[in-house]
Amino acid sequence: MTPASAHAVPSVPAASPELPLGTRIAIFVRLLAIQGAWNYEIMMGNGIGFCVEPALRLLPGGVHTPRFKAALARQSRYFNAHPYLAAVAVGALARAELDGEPPERIERFRTALCGPLGSVGDRLVWAGWLPFCSLAALALFGLGAGTLPVVAFFLLLYNVGHLGVRLWGLQTGWTHGLRVAQSLANPVMRHGPQQIGRLAALAAGMALPLALVRIIGSGRTLIGAVLVAVAVGAVVIVRLQARVEGWRLALGVLVLFILLSVLR
Amino acid sequence: MLTDLLPLAMLGGVLGLDVVSFPQAMISRPLVAATLTGVMLGQSASGLLIGAALELIALETLPIGASRYPEWGSASVVGAAIFATHLTHPAGAMTLAVFAALATAWVGGWTMVQLRRWNAVWARHWRDALEAGSRGAVTSLQLLGMTTDLVRGALLTAAAYAALAPITTACLGLWSTDPRVSRAVIVTITASIAGGAAWKLFHTTHGARWFFVGGLALGFLILIVR
Repeated sequence: MTPASAHAVPSVPAASPELPLGTRIAIFVRLLAIQGAWNYEIMMGNGIGFCVEPALRLLPGGVHTPRFKAALARQSRYFNAHPYLAAVAVGALARAELDGEPPERIERFRTALCGPLGSVGDRLVWAGWLPFCSLAALALFGLGAGTLPVVAFFLLLYNVGHLGVRLWGLQTGWTHGLRVAQSLANPVMRHGPQQIGRLAALAAGMALPLALVRIIGSGRTLIGAVLVAVAVGAVVIVRLQARVEGWRLALGVLVLFILLSVLR
Repeated sequence: MLTDLLPLAMLGGVLGLDVVSFPQAMISRPLVAATLTGVMLGQSASGLLIGAALELIALETLPIGASRYPEWGSASVVGAAIFATHLTHPAGAMTLAVFAALATAWVGGWTMVQLRRWNAVWARHWRDALEAGSRGAVTSLQLLGMTTDLVRGALLTAAAYAALAPITTACLGLWSTDPRVSRAVIVTITASIAGGAAWKLFHTTHGARWFFVGGLALGFLILIVR
């Protein structure tokens, strides 16, 4: 590292100033609504501004200064990321603004964060944690659990991860500021999707036959034929996946079956 | 009718809001949303049953960014309400309830796209204020988006239930397929989609297929032993 670059990006982060508890809570609650104005033009940009705003009130002079208004305007522009991992960006951007980082550096940082926070979050949460929790709850349902255990199990398990990621993201972003990219390379982010994927595959294998048998009820006498049909149906859906989504196919098949059952 | 619709619409609004806008705690997943509807109608077991069937289909849905996907929150309320109101679960009840939920989810996905377009229109309308760093504009845009989403979910739920509940009742009166076959068909459809979704999600994960086979063996072992 040259002396010049070492000056630009210090290798040892400065000790993070304390974010008041009230501000931290306000940001966290707002994070739950970060996609409240999601749209095809600035995506969740306005949501980022909305979440960072309680921290910006701590800028010298408060909310009526040009510095506050410039910072809020900057933070409300285009931004896209996974909604939970966006907490990392919110924490880091709040820290950068309060540290008085140059605006052009903050804007470059904002742009650079979108891709990683989107792809890591999609793999970790949408394609990993959510299906795992869903399949584990379906397995519990298939084992005969009642309403409250199934729903409570799913909601508790899922939201431990969900709220944990948001809390971790806000804290990590705030602590590391513009150097937060390093924290996305931690083992959970790098290996988490693979490990969760394996657990979800195990849960899927367990949940499918168990849930199927519980839902089928009076049709249990036809279970052999159903299992063969499910295997064939799953193969058809996999083969057609590039052309049509399973739920659309299901809607078409259901319309035909309903017409057959009603008009016959 | 209005007294039935109002609580369902309110629940549909809240659960529709959870899908994207607030708080994304997944109370909008069919397993939860349909069960809550069942609880509200005094039929929690029915809600859980239809919720599990819909959850198998919803496994396929990845709510990724700008992609268009079915809106399961309001849809699960409609499907569960229709299923739960036919207390004895006659032949075809689950088939028709799943159909109603899928149709609502499809329309719900379209309404979410429209909402995102409206949010863009409002963001354009307030562009100058946003560029001037107005706190009021940032907060108003956020609250307007969420309120509209809540209303969207409520109206969708009310309209879908009002339209589909009578159709379901009429269809059940004419239903001729054997109850066992009816249930077997709907289970085949939902489990096929779940199987396809599992493959789509995990086939690129190293070793996942062996975990799946292991889980399958465990599942069948439990069924045999029970």
